[in-house]
Amino acid sequence: MHELSITENILEIATRNGARAGASRITDITLVIGDLSSIVDDSVQFYWDMISQGTLAEGARLHFRRVPARVHCQSCAHEFELAGQLNPCPECGSLSLDILSGDEFYVDSIEIEKKE
Amino acid sequence: MSASRVTIVERIMDANDQVAELNRRRLDEAGVFGINLMASPGAGKTSTILKTIQMLQPDIKIGVVEGDTAPVTIDADKVLAAGMPAVQINTGGDCHLDAPMLDQGLSQLPLNELDLMIVENVGNLICPAAFKLGTHANVLIASIPEGDDKPYKYPNIYRGLDVLIINKIDLLPYIDFRMDYFRQGVEALNPGLITFEVSAKTGEGFEAWTQWLRGKVKKA
Repeated sequence: MHELSITENILEIATRNGARAGASRITDITLVIGDLSSIVDDSVQFYWDMISQGTLAEGARLHFRRVPARVHCQSCAHEFELAGQLNPCPECGSLSLDILSGDEFYVDSIEIEKKE
Repeated sequence: MSASRVTIVERIMDANDQVAELNRRRLDEAGVFGINLMASPGAGKTSTILKTIQMLQPDIKIGVVEGDTAPVTIDADKVLAAGMPAVQINTGGDCHLDAPMLDQGLSQLPLNELDLMIVENVGNLICPAAFKLGTHANVLIASIPEGDDKPYKYPNIYRGLDVLIINKIDLLPYIDFRMDYFRQGVEALNPGLITFEVSAKTGEGFEAWTQWLRGKVKKA
């Protein structure tokens, strides 16, 4: 349960970049989160509603773009997805695997409004 | 009023990782080798630290940063009783230590008098894996009673390790723990990981582990 400190980082990144771009309001924030990072979307949303009040990003919608944990089997070259746990290759049973994705964890972009 | 999109692509852990860099620099400048010791609750973190201190005394000076979720000083008191400086960091209920917390801990240790600094992270196999501290080596203690499926269920913590300690091997005759299965999972996640099989109770395996530490500690 470290979503509070994570959410504080997201707020800091969003408001710093929003202010730099001259935003009067941040309306949307897109987060990219790999399935291997142990983050619960609902929990981030819960903290977000509390800590974003009174900031440039108050009321902004959070969009969670999830990236599946894809792995490549070194033995038979089959590619498959892990669902949280380490599993052997479903084709050949090998555990010689390369993890291709799922570690992503960043703020991708924000949507802002500017007063002209 | 106009609306537009601003591309950012900034890693959410950047702020933590920058402080971790500073922690590393501080350790390097003081000539201290730092390890981040992680484990689930009850795996034997404190007893491993105490045994390690006992084996390395008096030629290697060790400082310990204890991470706990509540202001209890049981672990820190044990280290102090062993004659080594220890500081207690209360995470205020948080599930892990992060780099700014270690920064505070380092400020309370006499770094220039130390050779080795051990962080005892909060007992947890999930969250500590996500937060770099700036230490030189990530070390996990897995213990036999936890079961042989842990690398499969908690893959992330195994992926970031430099050293694995398998503790309580004196219990192997009494517990259904398939060492082959366990180590196969570890090998899949972290090929060639340096691994020590030990018992903090009997002292078995501590010679090899402390030899590894001696090799890493730069004696001033």
